[in-house]
Amino acid sequence: MNAPPALVQILYIVAFSLFIYGLMGLTGPKTAVRGNLIAAVGMAIAVVATLLIPGMGNWLLIALGVIIGTLLGVPSARQVKMTAMPQMVALFNGVGGGAVALIAWVEFRSTGGFTDEPGYVLIASLFGAIVGSISFWGSLVAYGKLQELISGRPISLGRLQQPANLLVLVAALACAVGIGLGGHSEWLIVGTLVFAAALGLMVVLPIGGADMPVVISLLNALTGLSAAAAGLALQNTAMIVAGMIVGASGSILTNLMAKAMNRSIPAIVAGGFGGGGGAAPGRDLGDKTVRETSAADAAIQMAYAGQVVVVPGYGMAVAQAQHTVRDMARLLEDKGVDVKYAIHPVAGRMPGHMNVLLAEADVPYEQLKEMDEINGEFARTDVALVIGANDVTNPAARNDPGSPIHGMPILNVDESRSVIVLKRSMNTGFAGIENELYYSDRTAMLFGDAKASVESVIEELKAL
Amino acid sequence: MLLANLAILVLAGFVGFAVISKVPNTLHTPLMSGTNAIHGIVLLGGIVVLGLGHDLSVLSKLLLVIAIAFGTINVVGGFLVTDRMLSMFKGKGPAGAPKGTEQR
Repeated sequence: MNAPPALVQILYIVAFSLFIYGLMGLTGPKTAVRGNLIAAVGMAIAVVATLLIPGMGNWLLIALGVIIGTLLGVPSARQVKMTAMPQMVALFNGVGGGAVALIAWVEFRSTGGFTDEPGYVLIASLFGAIVGSISFWGSLVAYGKLQELISGRPISLGRLQQPANLLVLVAALACAVGIGLGGHSEWLIVGTLVFAAALGLMVVLPIGGADMPVVISLLNALTGLSAAAAGLALQNTAMIVAGMIVGASGSILTNLMAKAMNRSIPAIVAGGFGGGGGAAPGRDLGDKTVRETSAADAAIQMAYAGQVVVVPGYGMAVAQAQHTVRDMARLLEDKGVDVKYAIHPVAGRMPGHMNVLLAEADVPYEQLKEMDEINGEFARTDVALVIGANDVTNPAARNDPGSPIHGMPILNVDESRSVIVLKRSMNTGFAGIENELYYSDRTAMLFGDAKASVESVIEELKAL
Repeated sequence: MLLANLAILVLAGFVGFAVISKVPNTLHTPLMSGTNAIHGIVLLGGIVVLGLGHDLSVLSKLLLVIAIAFGTINVVGGFLVTDRMLSMFKGKGPAGAPKGTEQR
């Protein structure tokens, strides 16, 4: 494949400058919307430039692909609920990786197994094939888990998992090496893709829910790298730059997220959640009982509090309760109560997930407190209202070295004078671990759908 | 050509690192979604291979149409979803952004 002509190259330079500029905008709240738009303009320029390459043909088929993609992509992006955003991102990421894998397959077919191609084309294409395939199938599993099509619990082969993963990786590499040594059989490339697919499935399936955000971010970075590799093989600078920027920035983002959970990326990828296997029960809690409360009691408790800290989690997202929570907070503020929101970095299913939802509900930015900022305040807090958050409030992360989440920084909800937990039932969280917070003397449980519970609290507050 | 491209690859990596180093937590999800949209650039790969390909078999063409469709989903879906997420940070008056953080 020859390098594109000068005009196209210049347009590519314009395009990737816009990507970088747009991405810089995306890192600040004020400029983010514009940044995204700028990057989108860059993408449009890159596509138009590509269509200007002399000798382009197969217009109908290209148009067909673009139309199909648009028809599938636009409605799903428009209609997806804010709460389902993480799995949507996973899906969009996956198809990107899938595209790279498919392109590598066709490259193999049209060059007769990379005969007469320089070595770097072969290596870059096969790298793209393997990583793209891993990313596609891994993302599908991540989607399935978050959409609850597959159990969110770790599914693994236990001790056999790592040897099995290694074996599949070796098989994929062996097929790739076979091609490198001059193998022309199409089975070799199909084998590479299939074994890489199996690896993607087997790596992501054993990973438990709480690690999912990190995995999606990691897969995002991988797709970026595979795109850069495809760009090298096709001598396409726009693809090299855009792919590599995503690969690098995605790695940093992944690292930030893993750090927030005190987990290392290799540990997540290699071990699933904790080494000890699936539903680790944590410490034996004996036959402790939980204290149940009513909406009326909760309302009175909060109305006469000096400071209430709301701790939102995935439960709030599922119940779409963010607007109701905001209304409740306003009622409390009218009564002179200080209301703050404690945002754990990985509350929900993605970092920033809670911020997005609460911003949607017009919660003032200054009331959203990050973990380090709020943790010192719990001791001065009269009521901590936990809305569908579980693992991020579990004191076992601090106290119980045997717990799979031990070492993960948590919100010190248990330090506040009283805790009210809104929860559907006593089911364990996504990570499948018991939460001793619920059995504390200071904790009262308000069972039911988060939105319905908050609504009845609002009724009681109005009646006060 | 290869060496020039490798140089571009390495430099782009450093740009990626530099751009991301400081991001408020609030924007992590939109940022992931935004970078996700950008790697939809693989769409170009599909277009180039299909558009410039000679004597592609039916299977190859089919695979490429799927690849282009995938790339398009990645691009349009990615940018739209990011925009929807970000639009929620707008329209909150002066409270919308933290005070004194003038962006570049």
